Formats: sequence, structure tokens, C-alpha cells
Amino acid sequence: MPTPSFDAIVVGGGHNGLAAAALLGQAGRRVLLLEASDTVGGAARTVALAPGFRVPEIAHLANRLHPDIVRKLDLERHGLAFAATNLSTTSLSAEGRPLTLAGAFGERLEGDIADSERAAWAALRGKLLRFAGVLAPFLAQVPPRLKNGGVADMMTLGKLGLGIRRLGRDDMREFLRMVLMNIADVLDEEVGDDRLRAAVAFDAVLGTSLGPRSPNSLMTLFYRLAGQANGVQAATAQPRGGMGAIVAALSAAAKAAGVTIRTDAAVASILVEDDRAAGVVLASGEEIRAPVVASAMNPAVTLLSLVGARHLDTGLVRRLSHVRSKGTVAKLNLALDGPPPFAGLGPEGLAGRLLTAPSLQAIETAFDAAKYGRFSDQPALEITVPSATDPALAPAGQHVVSINAIYAPFRLKPDSEAGRDGFEARILAVLERHAPGIGNRIVGKDFLTPADIERRHRIPGGHWHHGELSIDQMFMLRPVLGLAQYATPVAGLYLCGAGSHPGGGVSGAPALNAVSRILADGKAAGGKSRR
Amino acid sequence: MTPPPSTAGKVWDAIVVGAGHNGLVNACYLARAGLDVLVVERNDWVGGAATSRSLYPGFLYSNCSYVCSLLRPEIMRDLELPKHGLQVVPYEGGVILKQDGGYLGTFRDHDAHRREIGRHSLRDAEAYDRYSAEVIRQCRFIRPFLLRTPPDPTSLKPRDVQELLYLGRKFYDLTETEMADTVRFWTMSIAEFLDEFFETDVVKAGFCISGIIGTALGPLSPGTAYVLLHHYMGDVDGAIGAWGFARGGMGAISESLASSFRASGGTVRTGASVDKVLVENGRAAGVVLDGGEEIRGRLVVSNLDVKRTFLKLLEEPQLPADFVRKVKNFKIRGSSGKVNIALDSLPDFPALPPSAPFLRGDMHFTDSVERMEGAYDDWKAGRWSADPFLDMMIPTTIDPTMAPPGKHFMSCFVQYCPPKVEGHDWTDAERDGFAKTVVDQIAEYSPNFRDLILHMEVRTPREIERETGLTEGNIFQGELTFDQLLFNRPVPGYAQYRAPIGGLYMCGSATHPGGGVMGAPGRNAAAEVLRDLKKPAKDMSDAYPVL
Repeated sequence: MPTPSFDAIVVGGGHNGLAAAALLGQAGRRVLLLEASDTVGGAARTVALAPGFRVPEIAHLANRLHPDIVRKLDLERHGLAFAATNLSTTSLSAEGRPLTLAGAFGERLEGDIADSERAAWAALRGKLLRFAGVLAPFLAQVPPRLKNGGVADMMTLGKLGLGIRRLGRDDMREFLRMVLMNIADVLDEEVGDDRLRAAVAFDAVLGTSLGPRSPNSLMTLFYRLAGQANGVQAATAQPRGGMGAIVAALSAAAKAAGVTIRTDAAVASILVEDDRAAGVVLASGEEIRAPVVASAMNPAVTLLSLVGARHLDTGLVRRLSHVRSKGTVAKLNLALDGPPPFAGLGPEGLAGRLLTAPSLQAIETAFDAAKYGRFSDQPALEITVPSATDPALAPAGQHVVSINAIYAPFRLKPDSEAGRDGFEARILAVLERHAPGIGNRIVGKDFLTPADIERRHRIPGGHWHHGELSIDQMFMLRPVLGLAQYATPVAGLYLCGAGSHPGGGVSGAPALNAVSRILADGKAAGGKSRR
Repeated sequence: MTPPPSTAGKVWDAIVVGAGHNGLVNACYLARAGLDVLVVERNDWVGGAATSRSLYPGFLYSNCSYVCSLLRPEIMRDLELPKHGLQVVPYEGGVILKQDGGYLGTFRDHDAHRREIGRHSLRDAEAYDRYSAEVIRQCRFIRPFLLRTPPDPTSLKPRDVQELLYLGRKFYDLTETEMADTVRFWTMSIAEFLDEFFETDVVKAGFCISGIIGTALGPLSPGTAYVLLHHYMGDVDGAIGAWGFARGGMGAISESLASSFRASGGTVRTGASVDKVLVENGRAAGVVLDGGEEIRGRLVVSNLDVKRTFLKLLEEPQLPADFVRKVKNFKIRGSSGKVNIALDSLPDFPALPPSAPFLRGDMHFTDSVERMEGAYDDWKAGRWSADPFLDMMIPTTIDPTMAPPGKHFMSCFVQYCPPKVEGHDWTDAERDGFAKTVVDQIAEYSPNFRDLILHMEVRTPREIERETGLTEGNIFQGELTFDQLLFNRPVPGYAQYRAPIGGLYMCGSATHPGGGVMGAPGRNAAAEVLRDLKKPAKDMSDAYPVL
């Protein structure tokens, strides 16, 4: 058998695939990265929308790029810069009384709101950030085995326990009480202002199949608040050049680490010989061999499609086929021939996130429709205007608008394109209400439902996180029991995508943890002797 | 109403406020330990929400709780309830009638039920074996905790640490897969959980039922898988998950408890509504009745829910501010109503085979998870469900003592039913509208049902609260979500049955392990009282080992 010319193959050129390849390259491995489409970046790409207009295709804000990734890969040197940091969030209100949460997660409230509300919010915000902070260290941790684990696993669990204890008695009690609560009840206990409640609830449920009143919806908010942007916890930022800038920096880092990147190279299957990964076979039939294969693709796709159930035990197959992964977010990207006419918003307002949810109840109602396979009549929108902070994204005086809309069920009942257009119309109607005349300025648009996202990016269900972020699919249960440590039953095959702990969002954390596992296994097997 | 015993100036060892089943269980154990115990009850009868009432000539109504399974066998035997007249008759199953005219029978016997599921889907029939094995495993895991006082995870007291270790060891005794399944069970929605086993809508709907009964959650709400467990962890004569009727109605449970209590020297005083708990230099010293009569006791145990106990029987200044805030935030959500009906004879259900045993069990008309969730959406909007979920029983098919020969008592538990209608209090017209919704649903499947109705008692949360005192008419004295379970129930730091006021204890369903006619809160609270008095608990057995 010829010695493989690569030590490792990374399948999938999304941000996690790029990060994994770069980190492996830095560790001295000869790495080949394979991407099915013609450009790398996956769901973090910035794409052309119309001549002169460029827009983040799906992910449109940096709020959790892991600091270790930035540092280890020296992404600043590779061109990562932020056009704006600490973006504000403005909860638009139909009565024209917008409330702005300025700074990271509403550090300051700007707008007419009672002092009692300000005080209550400051207290709640502090508590939520503290609790999320307890969980933050585990983003960059290989989840421990629940049992039969080693000392390291015990220590990870111990650290978690200690972190909770360190909160002090009262906070610890609150943490243990609140951890599985729903965001609506949490807010009911503390704050009353509809705009504020809507803004916080929106952040809790965006990207999940939960409504504000669904238990566990506080945990998804913790996940968001555990992230950081540019060194500030729970902040959001806009990279210069759009999210694509992160991808560009990552691929630059990968190339610098000697990684070979091949686009238009879709992987058809993963070679398995004597229960070991031996390489991959491309759609073209070309066979490429390597002792290590790391897949940034969805875990179910990787193991059930690329490897094949015959190499796995039935229990694992069943668990994998039950991973819940139905997206709920639609993306609408617009090119405008002028500034978006949002009533009563200055330039600094446009630079931040705009939310259109009038109340927490409105989000809950929007969610109810999705439960039955209908899209929301009154979708809640998260609107950004990337060109407001980065003029290079659009011709002078013109703008691109990037919109996340919830809830868009993966499967509509009845399944019809009309439904798809209907939802787009609903989104534009909501938009028109807050920005009268915006419709007439549209010179280009791109609309993606979860179904479109699945088609374009091979993400099952078009789910941001490659699998619902619910407690039964988190930490040591992500993607499923037995795969949470990034290794698979097929020796040499690893998972390094968002489907693994900690989950989705442009963080690179899954890649970070997966590579540490790969390198540890390498050492155990005699390290570089493989080369 | 029993005349007040001539006990002026007497100081009781313990006064139990409320003669619900937990109050009585608590009183029984205290009396058996040699305490001189008085139980004061507002109504003229005992039992709280476990009563049999004669509301129509010749009929006995189990007009609140209506079936029995959760009552701990340890308690039944400790307190010799069978000797005092308690007889629980298991029922064998029930049925779900489908909108398309079909039905899914349910059978207590595993193989029979498996065959019935097979009529709808062979795949589901196979999955049923996996499913029940997993559920039973979870029940076995949880049952030992029911009769233990939850530890305070923030405390370093030896006892708390020891209890935490016990919890941890029990968990660590599981295999890794079982651990994972346990975590999933405590956090998933029942619908998602069932999706991993079953494909047929009506089969899923059947198993969803136990996931929603008594809660203000829908089958798609995470956390409902645990609620299912809460309904499965009981047993009848050792048959885990079995349910039965108490002969003579649910009141028979309370009557046997009261009888056992009196037999060990206890005193019950009905028709005595407590207005305030008497607090003297920081300690509970007795109670004051409506009308000002003072009854003194060395300690007071409250069977009432936490909002009643602390916001009505006490003054805010008497309690820590943070505690009061947490009690106000305690989630007690009325989500169900009850319609009790006296029937002239057994109604026909043409969809069912003539000789079928189904009328002797629980009957339902909700054949899909979606319809169940839809019923919940109405509740969220502050309306009673237009297409409600019914848990319907005709106990007289098994226990003829509850109605005249040939006639029948029908109990309909109805979800969802909000504590207020779109924000305002229930009007009688709305109550009748609610009843009509229920009767109409039944009549869809039983053409002669309407004509058989002799009498009907309709209870929205308003009526339930009025009679039983349960805030919002919530049958569990508080939601069964994790933020209100174990060491969080009712309030973190106060989960060991002691109130912030010395000599005052809680023994209602608002405490661990929660609602249902279980008796465990009353029993556990008694254990804590006796621990404080340094008295040995007599006749109190630990949780029986689960085979």
C-alpha cells in the first residue's frame, strides 16, 4: 500500500473545516481540505448579490468567534479586522418608540423607559452574564465521558461543579433553579417593558425550534451569552468585508500552515478499511488516501451517508437518525439603491441590529404557527445593514440589508413554493411597516428558507447548528452519546463541525476541540511516527 | 361539622392546617410518634381534593382527583389503610376514539397492548417493547428519591452532602447510556421523545397523555417527558405504572387516613377555616380561625399551597423579603377543569365493539399530538380549549357502590382550562360554555350521551379553588418543571419542608416530590418534624426496594 501523501483530509470548507485544517497544519500535519462548492466558507461566506453588492449569505454577525482560534491562527495578521464592534440592538416599535440596547447585551438602555425597568434589567443582565460565564470555559473543552472516562473527564466535570459553587450560595441556588427555565418566565419575574422583553426573548430563541415559553429557552440564551466578540462577552461585531472576512483570514491561515485547499471536490464517501478510515472517494471517483479524516460536515451525513450504516452499530445509527435538525430561520438579503428608510433611526442605529418583534407574545404567536408547519404571519426579524459599517459592500450611497426571519419551518404544510413566496411577502410587509418605501428601492435579492439552505450547503434541515441546540443534544450528548468526544467508532475518522460540541455559530470551537483530540490520539499512537 | 372539642386553653403538640391527603398522612405519622395532633379543615368534610361527595341523590362523585396510583405503598402499609377501609381496584386499560371512526385500545397487559398497537403499526408494536423498558428503567431510578428529603446542594452539612452523594451514587450506578437517557428524559418534550419510538399519530397521542395531565405545558414543551414519568412512577399492588379506582371514590383514601389518624389518638376538626398562623417571638405558636378563635400548638404544619400559606396565613413582614419574592414567583398555573356527570345508564359508543372492556378504563378523544398541542395554544391565549383533551372515566363500571343500580357516575378531567378567561374572572356563562364544549365532544362519539345526563357538576379552576383552596385550581400545587422540582421545590433553600419561621412546616404537594395523591410530601415532612423534635419516627418505613 503506497504511503499516503497526506496525513489528514478535512471534509468541508466551512469555517470549522478551515479552522481544523489550519490547526492541523500548524501541528505539522500535511493536510488536504476538500470543499464541494467552488468557494470555501460554507454558511459564513460573503457572496455577490447584484453587480457591486456583496452580502453575508447566511451568518451575518460575529458574536462567538473563539479567542483561542483568533490567537492560535493569528487571524489579525491574516487580515481579520472589525468594521464595528459592540453593535447595539434596537427593538423597533410600531408606535415609533424604539428602545436601543447599547453595548454588549444591553449594557445601556437608550430610549424612554422607566428607571425601575433600567434597574431591574441591570440586575438581570448581570445575573445572566455571570451564569453564562460559568459555562463559557466549556466551549473550548472536549466534553467528558459520562462514565468509564479518564481522570481528565473527571476533572472537566469537577471544574463545572466548582464553577457553579464559586458563584456563591445565593447565585448557585438561582443558577440551579433557572438553568432549565424558559426565557418568558425569567423575564416575567424581572422586567415588564415589551420592547426589552421581546429583544431578550428573540436572542434566546433565534436559530432554535423553541418559543419564548418553551422550557429550556434560557439555556440557548446562555449559549449565545457565553460567546464573545473582540474580547467582549456577549457582544456582536461586524467584520470588515462582512463575515467572509473571517473565512478569508481562516483560509489565509490555513495556506500559511501548508494546507492544500481543493474546491469543486465533493466527497462521495469515506474509505473504511478494517474499521479504520483510509481516505475519501470524490464524486469524480478519484480516491485520496490518508490515515486521518476530519469531517466538518453534519455528523449524520458524515456517518450515515459518507461512511454508511454497515460500519456502525444499530444503536448509534438509531441515535444519529433521531438527531433533531429542522431549521426555523429564513434569510432574506436585499440590495437597495439607497439607504433603508427606517423611521427615526440615525446612522449609528443603522450600524447595529434591528429587531421588529413588538412583544414577547408576538414571538410566541409566530412560533405557534411553525409548530404546525405553517410560517408566521407576523415574522420577527433581525435586520442588519452591513454596508452601514462597511461601505465597500455596496456602491456609494447604496446599501445591502441582511435579514434573519423567524419562524420558517423546514417543511411547510402543504409543501409548496407558494408558501415560500408567501413567507417572503410577509417579511417584506413587516419590513415595509418599519421602513416605508423600502420595497421600491430593492434592486436585488436572495431569499433562503431552511430548505434552500439545506440544498445549497448540505446542512440537513437547513439548521444553523447542524442539530437543535437543546439540552438533550448538548455537551456530552452532542451530536449523540458516543460521538461527543469528536472521535467516531471508525478509527481515524473525526467530527469537527457545528454538529459537535459546543455547536453552531461562527466560532471555530468545534474544530479547536476536535483537533486537540486528534493530536492527543496521534501522540498516544506514537505521534509523528505516522509520517 | 364536628363540634369543637372542649379544649379551651389546650396547647397541642402539632396543628396540621388542611385535611387534604398530605395533611392527613402527615398527621398520622406525627400521632403514631406519640404527638397530640389536631387537624383543622375549612370544609365540613376531610380530603381536600381527594373526596367523594354526594352531589346528586344516590350518587358519589370523585369530584376532584379521580384515579389512584401514586399513593406510596409504604404509606398504605405504615398507616394500615386497607384495615381502615381502603381498597384500590386496578383498571385494565382504556381507549382513544379517533375522529375517523377508528380507535386505539389501551391495555394494562403489555402483550395485549402490543397486539393492539400492532393493529395500527407493526413497527410501533416493536418499538413499544423498547419504549416500556426504558420508561420502567427511569421509574426505578426515580422512585427511591420520592421518600427522601431533597439535599441542599449549596450546603456542606454532613446530611446534605451525604444525600447528594446518595443521589450521585444512584446516578453513577447507571450505565453511560442510561445516564444519557436520564438526562434526556428530564429535559425533552414528550412528543420529541415519542418521535424516537413511534410513527403512528394516535399511538403517540396515547402515550403523550401522561406527559401533559395537570401541567400548563403542551406535548411539544420540553420537560413534559418528566411529567410522564411522574404519572408512571406509581403502582397498584406492585404493578408499576398501573392505575386504579379507590372503592367508594377517592374520598375513601381520605376517610381511611382520617380513620387511621383517629385510631392513633388524633383529633380532626372540620368546618374550621384558618385565618392566620399565630407567630410569637419568631416562632409559630398556633393558628387563629376565622372569627378569632385561637388554637395554640407547639408547631404548625401547613398542607396548603405555598402562596396560601405564606401570602394569606402570614404577613409579609414576618418573612424574609427574598423568600416572599420567590413565593410570589412560584408558578402555580391552573390548566385543567373537571366535569362530573350522573348518568341514567351507560352511554353507547358505536365505534367500539360491543363487548369491549374499554368503558371500564380511561377514555379519550384526542387522537393526535397536534390536536393536543392546539388545545394548549388556546390556553396560552387565555381561552379554554375549543377542542379539549379529556381524560374520561366511568368508575361505576368497576365500583357500583358509587351510583344506584344501573346508573353511572362519569368523571371528565379536561385540559386546557385557564384560571382566568382572557384576563378576567370566569363568569357563570363562560363556565357553562366550557361545559358545553366538553359535552359536545363526548356526544360526537356517543349519540345517546346527552339524553342520559341526570346531573352535571362543572368545575373550572375558579370552582376548584373555591372548594379546595388550591390556588388557580392547580392539581399539583405548582408546576412540575425542573425549576420547581427536587431541591427547587417550592423555593431553593427551603425544600426540606421547613418554613423560614421556626416551628412552621410545609407538607403539601407544593413540596418535594410534588402533586398527585401520593402522600410522600406529608410523610417526608413528618420525618423532618420528628427529626427536629429528636423523636424516633414510629411505623415509618423507608422506600421499598424496587425489583
